[in-house]
Amino acid sequence: MSQTLHASTLLTIALAPLTGSVLAGIFGTRLGGERLGRRGSHSLTILGVLISFVLSAQTLLSVVQDGSRFNETLYTWMEVGGLTMEIGFMVDGLTALMMCVVTFVSLMVHIYTMGYMAKDKGYNRFFAYISLFTFSMLMLVMSNNLLQLFFGWEAVGLASYLLIGFWSHKPSAVFANMKAFLVNRVGDFGFILGIGLIVAYTGSLNYNEVFAKAAALGSIEFPWLMFGQDTLLVTVICICLFIGAMGKSAQFPLHVWLPDSMEGPTPISALIHAATMVTAGIFMVARMSPLFELSDTALNLVMVIGSITALFMGFVGMVQHDIKRVVAYSTLSQLGYMTVALGASAYSVAVFHLMTHAFFKALLFLGAGSVIMGMHHNQDMRWMGGVRKHMPITWITSLFGSLALIGTPFLSGFYSKDSIIEAVASSHLPAAAWAHFAVLAGVFITAFYSFRMYFLVFHGKERFDQNPDHHYQAHRHDQHHAPQESPWVVTMPLVLLAIPSVFIGYFTIEPMLFGDFFKDAISVNTNLHPAMAELHESFHGAFAMAEHALTSLPFWLAISGVVLAFYMYMINPDLPAAIQRLFQPLHNLLANKYYLDAFNEHVLARGTHMLATALWKGGDQRLIDGWVVNGSWQLVGRFSQFARRLQTGFLYHYALLMILGMFGLITWFVWLKP
Amino acid sequence: MNVTLGHYLTLGAVLFALSVIGIFLNRKNLIVLLMAIELMLLAVNTNFVAFSYYLGDMQGQIFVFFILTVAAAESAIGLAILVLLFRNRSSVNVDELHSLKG
Amino acid sequence: MDVKSALFYVFATVLLFAALRVITVRNPVHAALFLILAFFQASGIWMLLKAEFLSITLVLVYVGAVMVLFLFVVMMIDVNIEALKKGFWSHFPLAASIGAVLALELASVLMGGFRSAPSPIELSAAPGTQISNTKDLGVALYTHYLYPLEIAAVILLVAIIAAIALTMRERKDNKLQDPAEQIRVKPSDRLRMVKVEAVQQPLMTPVVEDPKT
Repeated sequence: MSQTLHASTLLTIALAPLTGSVLAGIFGTRLGGERLGRRGSHSLTILGVLISFVLSAQTLLSVVQDGSRFNETLYTWMEVGGLTMEIGFMVDGLTALMMCVVTFVSLMVHIYTMGYMAKDKGYNRFFAYISLFTFSMLMLVMSNNLLQLFFGWEAVGLASYLLIGFWSHKPSAVFANMKAFLVNRVGDFGFILGIGLIVAYTGSLNYNEVFAKAAALGSIEFPWLMFGQDTLLVTVICICLFIGAMGKSAQFPLHVWLPDSMEGPTPISALIHAATMVTAGIFMVARMSPLFELSDTALNLVMVIGSITALFMGFVGMVQHDIKRVVAYSTLSQLGYMTVALGASAYSVAVFHLMTHAFFKALLFLGAGSVIMGMHHNQDMRWMGGVRKHMPITWITSLFGSLALIGTPFLSGFYSKDSIIEAVASSHLPAAAWAHFAVLAGVFITAFYSFRMYFLVFHGKERFDQNPDHHYQAHRHDQHHAPQESPWVVTMPLVLLAIPSVFIGYFTIEPMLFGDFFKDAISVNTNLHPAMAELHESFHGAFAMAEHALTSLPFWLAISGVVLAFYMYMINPDLPAAIQRLFQPLHNLLANKYYLDAFNEHVLARGTHMLATALWKGGDQRLIDGWVVNGSWQLVGRFSQFARRLQTGFLYHYALLMILGMFGLITWFVWLKP
Repeated sequence: MNVTLGHYLTLGAVLFALSVIGIFLNRKNLIVLLMAIELMLLAVNTNFVAFSYYLGDMQGQIFVFFILTVAAAESAIGLAILVLLFRNRSSVNVDELHSLKG
Repeated sequence: MDVKSALFYVFATVLLFAALRVITVRNPVHAALFLILAFFQASGIWMLLKAEFLSITLVLVYVGAVMVLFLFVVMMIDVNIEALKKGFWSHFPLAASIGAVLALELASVLMGGFRSAPSPIELSAAPGTQISNTKDLGVALYTHYLYPLEIAAVILLVAIIAAIALTMRERKDNKLQDPAEQIRVKPSDRLRMVKVEAVQQPLMTPVVEDPKT
């Protein structure tokens, strides 16, 4: 159908999940009297997200086929000193893509949750939260100004906090959600600085107005008052904005919250920490491409940070025992890939990888959740094995997900990952050489840990009874402890996500990367940053690309990773333990996540705590309470104690003082007065 | 040596100083305190009279007149208070009169 | 040195001596007597200054009335002489130094300022007329200073009333009625109701003596 985009359509897309969330959240919980039962809650929220998805798909079609765009302000909130704060929507290729991804994955997660959280007391609340999250993410991607972007940014952070700590009786969950929020806050600090600089130098929050002045911004120097450096203003702006992206998209060193966020239920790990929220940073940088193109320094930084994350997080993923943690570190690594692509000015490639990654990573997480359900909530891979015989649908879909992740030709992950690797190879930035090495090495690592997980879980000997966990042992004889396939509400989303994981790359790579899809959403300075142009030149169609891959390095690296994993975990299962003993210090380093958590907790957190305590005891209690407040009355008291001694009650003392006074006056008037 | 105004004034000054010493010195007897005040007034009166004589102005003596009046009244009341004090405390020791101590 | 100067010095010396004894003597009666001596000397000095009325007034009023009053009070008050003897001289150095400083200062001012005063301007500069001091005083008082005079009289009245009001004690045989208090009386001021048992328990159980023992 060809129709122009209407504001009401877009509003419905954003507000339908919100309505579902509010209704389920108020009337489904104790707050509103628990009028809605489970059926009511999940029906309302799924309906909301379904409406959103259908309309988003329509919008995407409209954008792609008719080229319709939308950029209007719907409501002016206030005008303060020349700065307009408004609510508005901008829909172009980038936005429409994100909208579809978000609503589709959200819909899948909603349906999946019906099965996963079936036995949970907070069922209604969970649906309310994930619908709230969907609303926030949609507001973020559809916004046409920085303020609304920031609102969506913070709102998704809030939803993430609420959902990570969903089981608030678990202290580890509470710790994790605080950590997530605080680390995000660090990123937000940089983000706000960036927004502030933009407002200061362009006087506007609206994207169009800011980008119109982008060229002028490119020549302003940043007024360092003390360092005497020569830095462009845009460099500082972009670095500040990227710090925000580092927080939200979990780049090194602000990545520490993402593994801990696995404390939350698996559906949200899929929704938030794989597919959508963590991609908000990538989206934001892509959206701000006109600014980033003006600063090579910022792009270098982006590339360096991304490549560090891509490679080193992969290393940590190799030694994890928890199935969700492996996928979490995989997410971190893939986010690093997206960031590297951004650094190489290949924004469209980054967004393309964002889309394919959303599908296969959500699939992997939901698959892991299905396995966990079958394992009676055991998450340790050491006590799994041979699940493929018991949970076939989960097995097949997870296999496809893993194949997509490692970059098997013809699957979607291959197209996006290889495009990234080629884009980095073509980039002329100084950091590109290291980044190229990092992403290539990452391919091998990714293949290794993905198939390590696959072999440990789905193949090999069944090790369920060896679980030393007390809880598990207690239940062992109660239930039929062999895992069973999950209900259809769980497996249907897996299948529905597997389909795009396999096919979407093949069909969309050409229009997206080399067509007009992102034409007006992303701007690239092709003279300075020719990566995309060179990519375009070497592209001869999706089929040809897949064929060509059979002779390229990444493919063979992936194959070797799979082979090594097969050898170490299927043929020679004692080898991993032996290697671990041999390289014990290295293993410790990885197992302790490079001691970054320890650093954060013991140096930063404790340091801040000590500073706060010092300010409290020294500053507040001693200085303000003691000296100023108490000191003032004590001073008065002491002075009056002294003055009181003058009132002895004795007549002759008073007479004496009078005489002395008189003496003083006489002396003054006779001798001293001029 | 001719007795000048200065001599009379010096006499008044010394008398005044003596009475001040008396006030300060007398810690045991309130009555002597009142007597010292009378001495003070006497010194001042002497000054006035001396000035009146040496400057040929009657006003000095008139003022002395009034000072005498007021001094008499004041000593009467002072003694009445002293009597009351003695009635209540059975002592005129100045050292014991410190209930107004701050 | 003429007689007047000599007399001045004599009077002055005795005056200062008497003043010193007033403040240093133990017995308050002696102190009063020395004060009387001091007043007499001052009266003499004033006479030298040709202020006859005032000098006689000093003797009559001050010595005759005020000092007698002092003596009455001194004798009425039973002063513990023994207690007076202690701790007197410990404060003397401080007091003496203060007094000395004061005297020196005043003297330096006064001597410095008035040493060069010429010979006294005689009051009776008017040629021929010999006006007595008293008449001079009276004339000035009843013309220019009438108002202060009347106020002085009021001050004396106030002094009388004050002295009486302070020291008067109620007459014990006063049978004057106070109507205000009579009206304010409550029954509870006059009558007190007490509850008493109808049958009184005996205070002790009577001891019945055994006739046999």
